[in-house]
Amino acid sequence: MNGAQDLGGMMGFGAVVPEPVKPLFHADWEPRAFALTLAMGATGEWNIDMSRRARESMEPGRYLTSSYYQIWLSALESLLAERGLVEPEEIAAGRSLHQSRPVKRVLAAGDVAAVLARGGPSDRESDAPAGFAVGDRVRARNMHPTGHTRIPRYCRGRVGVIEAVHGVHVFPDVSSTGTGEQPTWLYGVVFDGPELWGEGTDPSLKVRIDLWEPYLEAL
Amino acid sequence: MSGGNDHHGHHHHDHDHDHHHDHDHGSHLSETDARVRALESILIEKGYVDPAALDVLIETYETQVGPHNGARVVAKAWSDPQFRDWLMRDATAAIHSLGYIGRQGEHMVAVENTADEHNMVVCTLCSCYPWPVLGLPPVWYKSAPYRAKAVRDPRGVLADFGVSLPGDTQIRVWDSTAEIRYLVLPRRPEGTEGWSEEELARLVTRDSMIGTGLALTPAELQEQNA
Repeated sequence: MNGAQDLGGMMGFGAVVPEPVKPLFHADWEPRAFALTLAMGATGEWNIDMSRRARESMEPGRYLTSSYYQIWLSALESLLAERGLVEPEEIAAGRSLHQSRPVKRVLAAGDVAAVLARGGPSDRESDAPAGFAVGDRVRARNMHPTGHTRIPRYCRGRVGVIEAVHGVHVFPDVSSTGTGEQPTWLYGVVFDGPELWGEGTDPSLKVRIDLWEPYLEAL
Repeated sequence: MSGGNDHHGHHHHDHDHDHHHDHDHGSHLSETDARVRALESILIEKGYVDPAALDVLIETYETQVGPHNGARVVAKAWSDPQFRDWLMRDATAAIHSLGYIGRQGEHMVAVENTADEHNMVVCTLCSCYPWPVLGLPPVWYKSAPYRAKAVRDPRGVLADFGVSLPGDTQIRVWDSTAEIRYLVLPRRPEGTEGWSEEELARLVTRDSMIGTGLALTPAELQEQNA
């Protein structure tokens, strides 16, 4: 969806503010919100694309005025409500008010290292032939899906060149709906700065974007 | 709060958390704090999370996983041409060989800075970042100013970090829109011939592996340690 998460090319936010490596967290609640998000992610009740969909579904004004862990927290609450695991009135009350069904898996302390090491690879085996090859010129489609998507607005309608064929990966537009993975060819596509941003753009700029085949059309 | 910024201190009193009417218009922070505490106790009460697992998760990223991992990868690539070739060809396997593996680093690609080309990594759509080699991203990496500006004006971003590159250096920005994660292999500073991998690793900053900075020079390192 064309939400506030799709920030590439926006102006007026001011300078980037560097920060040292430590401290890693900036408020006491941040590590808790971080760990709760990871632990609930490990229950298998939703996938990473559903999490991203939940985060970017925030009303744009709220999204832009929230810190990133606040965005995570808000998405966690909405996923918990969606899955019938925690109701909003329980969060308001600060305690469990209903008996809820068990989750599929609970992440045990002893399994954390193994679960993190395993991660969640998104590549899949497939016999489907790739539609594009390295060197092909392609146009990123002018598309505006209302659901989750990973094609940034700033490249839509723009012409680039396939520079890498990454293999077949879980397709977020479908995976984010919880209805399957629809593994799809994924490419690294390079765009010239002036093609993206027009006249006056620094000619030394190139932007490389990872795009799935349904986001691209042949030229 | 620390670090001299107030990314978490935006003052928007009415935009969320509408069920905490019983506070007065206290800080956004304390509201969030109360909300996280409530959520944690509910999730524990319902048996969805193991409190000990939460502590292990936090401890892992506070003490074990961080940019010191990536610095080791870079220092090895600077020292060992075979490893550098492997890293450029199959970064996932080369990085895995040093023990850095897993969540948010399942599919790694290394991009090498040269005299002619400088690379910078961003995720304009969220906060995708190579956790096993860099740890959790800094606030700025996840914030609007960087995500908005990096793909349009990377030289402006570099200026925000106090870095200026020659006008004829090509700048290549990598937008992490899929599950591929990018690690910048910064240029090896001059005057480091004969340095050990451990010594070289101290020159490799987090920002140099994102592409918003350069590796420290020996003089800069000395100054930092002075």
